[in-house]
Amino acid sequence: MRSYLARRLLLLVPVLVGVSVVVFLVLHLSPGDPAEIMLGSQATQEDLARLRRELGLTEPLHVQYVHWVAHVARGDLGRSIWMKRPVLDEVLNRYKATLVLTASGLLLSTVGGIILGVASAVRPHSFLDRMSAVTSLFGASMPVFWLGIVLMVVFSLWLGWLPASGMWAPYGEGGLRDLLAHLVLPAVTLAAASLTIIARLTRSTMLEILSQDYIRTARAKGLVEQRVVFRHGLKNALVPIVTVVGVQAGYLLGGAVLTETVFAWPGVGLLMVQGILARDFPLVQGCVLVIALTFVLINLAVDLLYAWLDPRIQYE
Amino acid sequence: MSKRWGRNQLALLAMIVLAGVVLAACLAPYLPLADPDAVDTVQRLRPPFTLGHLLGTDEFGRDLLSRLVWGARVSLLAGAATAAAAMLIGVLLGVLSGYYAGWPETVIMRLTDILMAFPYILLAIAIVAGLGPGLRNAMIAIAIVGFPIYTRLVRGIVLSVRGREFVEAARALGSTDRLILARHIVPQLLSPVIVAFSLDVGAKILATAGLSFLGLGTQPPTADWGSMLATGRQFVILSPHVVLLPGLAIFVIVLALNLVGDALRDFLDPRTYSS
Repeated sequence: MRSYLARRLLLLVPVLVGVSVVVFLVLHLSPGDPAEIMLGSQATQEDLARLRRELGLTEPLHVQYVHWVAHVARGDLGRSIWMKRPVLDEVLNRYKATLVLTASGLLLSTVGGIILGVASAVRPHSFLDRMSAVTSLFGASMPVFWLGIVLMVVFSLWLGWLPASGMWAPYGEGGLRDLLAHLVLPAVTLAAASLTIIARLTRSTMLEILSQDYIRTARAKGLVEQRVVFRHGLKNALVPIVTVVGVQAGYLLGGAVLTETVFAWPGVGLLMVQGILARDFPLVQGCVLVIALTFVLINLAVDLLYAWLDPRIQYE
Repeated sequence: MSKRWGRNQLALLAMIVLAGVVLAACLAPYLPLADPDAVDTVQRLRPPFTLGHLLGTDEFGRDLLSRLVWGARVSLLAGAATAAAAMLIGVLLGVLSGYYAGWPETVIMRLTDILMAFPYILLAIAIVAGLGPGLRNAMIAIAIVGFPIYTRLVRGIVLSVRGREFVEAARALGSTDRLILARHIVPQLLSPVIVAFSLDVGAKILATAGLSFLGLGTQPPTADWGSMLATGRQFVILSPHVVLLPGLAIFVIVLALNLVGDALRDFLDPRTYSS
């Protein structure tokens, strides 16, 4: 296991190089002059030339990339043109909020999806199972940003039960209670689509496992149904569930951009969108890099979880 | 059997809804609708069923029904065009990487691996950031992040087909690579690719609407369901219908596309039929 971990960490290097190349190229190979995009069509030639020099755009592309990677390796993501502050400080400041939102969404969708999936598999074609099928179809078709607005209208504006936006109340002491109240709607919005996907996968995997011989043996031994379902059934269904949870974690990170915009949640996604609209390339680059790195690390964690969940999986 | 019939009825209903929306979108210039961009500030934020405005008006007094119908043109076209572009690029690269081993395969598969190392919408946003906001750029971005799924699907099929007896036989008879690809391999791809495409159009409509919602897709005053939702958001307290209606339109059309896609999959590939 330890040698596998070391090998996986080594394999991270080419992936990170690939990710950094894409992040760099996406913003530098696009048609159009970044300096012109940032300063607008009214900018003078002198201003444009000065900004190009400041951004290092006069250098060949590979030199620009090496400079950028060297800065990134030193923890320097550049300076935000819009906020006039180091990008890393601002991104890390917002990163906590994104992590809180994404982790809550992932927890909600995983726990809810597994409970719903197991319940559907234990009683296939029941009312709950049919409702779960309809919900999953709706979940795959509903725009996440619209669901967020609908929840906001119902639970904040009409019923007044929960705050509509932000992470903390503007006037107050803050605290966990305040955070949780603000977190409910964004987390539910973010989790909805993933929950339905995890529920359907859990259902189909559990149905397959519950029809295996060893489950029949467990029942024949006289084990209580709860133990058969959870100890013998769910435990063996966990590997495919973990795979889909890992994939969903990536979707949640992407979906967080939309959810943060709807609920004015002060995370990296909202910062990135603000950066794009302000034409602040260093800021956008920093945000994309941080989210992409998180995604890569989640994939690594999922791979390591496989070995822990199912010792038969060998990494040679 | 009865369940399949029930699903077929649902798919039929979805097809009728889809056909109705497509027809309305195509015939928009000929329908008796108000000008979708005509501003009338006196009539702003009227609720649905107001005289002369069946679905009410938006924050500039523009007729919402008209904007929804005209918006359908943009949203449907953007979804279908981006899915088609992603499919074409993906199929081409999938066939190349599956049929020709060696460097084309390595280059193409590493490219798809890297693109798939990013959350889907994040990479699309990053590409739009580079290209600049606008519908065309949003469509390019979504097509770029969408093609690796087709590449992987097609490569898998080509890999499994290229060693089969009928391909070997064609090669032994002296067929060129081009002929083998055109006559023996590409026909095997048709049904899985059609199914993937039909399910993908809805996903692409959601993605373009998402970018428009963030202000990175369609720019004002062009009507598009995602941007209508974005601009109407500021008036959600006063007039929720300004936001609820475009969102409902996206939801219904994507739901209809998913139902039709599911039915098509059951029809073209009965082996994958499941509850």
